[in-house]
Amino acid sequence: MADKSAGSTAWQDQLYDTLKDAGVSIFSYVPDAGHKILINRSLADPDVHSIRLTTEEEGVSLAAGAHLGGAKSVLLMQSSGVGNCVNMFSLMENGRFPFLTYISMRGDFGEENPWQIAMGRGTQPVMEAMGLKCIRVDSPEDIITATKAALGMAFKSNCAVAVLLTQKLLGAKGF
Amino acid sequence: MAQEKLPDRKIAVPKVVGDPNDFLIVAGLAGSAKDMAHLTQEAPNAFMFGGAMGGAVSMGLGLALAQPKKKVLVVTGDGELLMNMGSLALVSVASPPNLSIVCVDNGHYQETGNQESHTNLGVDLEKIAQGNGIAVTRTVKSVEECEEASTVLRNTNGPVFVLLRVNEEPPPKGPRNWDAAERKTIFRRALLGTA
Repeated sequence: MADKSAGSTAWQDQLYDTLKDAGVSIFSYVPDAGHKILINRSLADPDVHSIRLTTEEEGVSLAAGAHLGGAKSVLLMQSSGVGNCVNMFSLMENGRFPFLTYISMRGDFGEENPWQIAMGRGTQPVMEAMGLKCIRVDSPEDIITATKAALGMAFKSNCAVAVLLTQKLLGAKGF
Repeated sequence: MAQEKLPDRKIAVPKVVGDPNDFLIVAGLAGSAKDMAHLTQEAPNAFMFGGAMGGAVSMGLGLALAQPKKKVLVVTGDGELLMNMGSLALVSVASPPNLSIVCVDNGHYQETGNQESHTNLGVDLEKIAQGNGIAVTRTVKSVEECEEASTVLRNTNGPVFVLLRVNEEPPPKGPRNWDAAERKTIFRRALLGTA
């Protein structure tokens, strides 16, 4: 277990550094254990804005506003938060705004909390129905490749992209 | 509520906003978008929502964080703000000095048949802004009070929240560009020199 947690810290730090190197200067989030390291890195980083949201949809329109002003923003949320964003995704499509979000999955591989199952099943289909491209990451060695692909699609091709950090990657929370 | 004594938005909104060239502007859907499309003649510094209700304030926050040297003004309605009152908490905590919010409060969902909104039934959005921690707030209920509010929007380190209470007279009518991608490109080209 000690090895696994040391390994997971390494990929999350690498992910933060990759996003920052790509020019991301605004991190918005509703807190989630799966994003803890990124959130803490953003809070400790004087070069970025670390924005606590009250509901995830705020991070969607915040990203659009950041782009209007020439900044890059990333939204960190749990899969259950995707349900709170659905109508706001229409802003991204109608405006062809670049959008990048990281979804820490619940309700998939090994989930022990039945309340998470329904939205876990719905997360990817709902996002795809709203025009987001979804990239699933199951193992730490794929995260940087996936992130570079997602950054290019979002900020160069004006796509809305979600990187799904699955429970194979994050591990399932025990109940 | 003595609504008949409240000002007409067609007079009060231009007075409170003043010269729209002083700001980068985000306008919430429906009435506020019509107010601002008319006032700015859809100038490049204004982005009007046509849907995505509840997103105007957080979009304004994103813009204010990205452009700390420019004044950003969000103009939105009571219904739009009621849908995401939590966005006032974001603004308060992030505390961007360059962000001002004007809520044009007619107490009704005028776009959908003029049903009464919560603000006509006792909900006070200025108190909600204050409760969220926004230090500089005003309620404007007459044409005479507009000028002071207009000065506060410009000259106070924000965030600033102005509740502009208006009567049920409709916003100005007129065609406008509903293509948000085109409006985004126009906005960015004028501000950043790039699409």
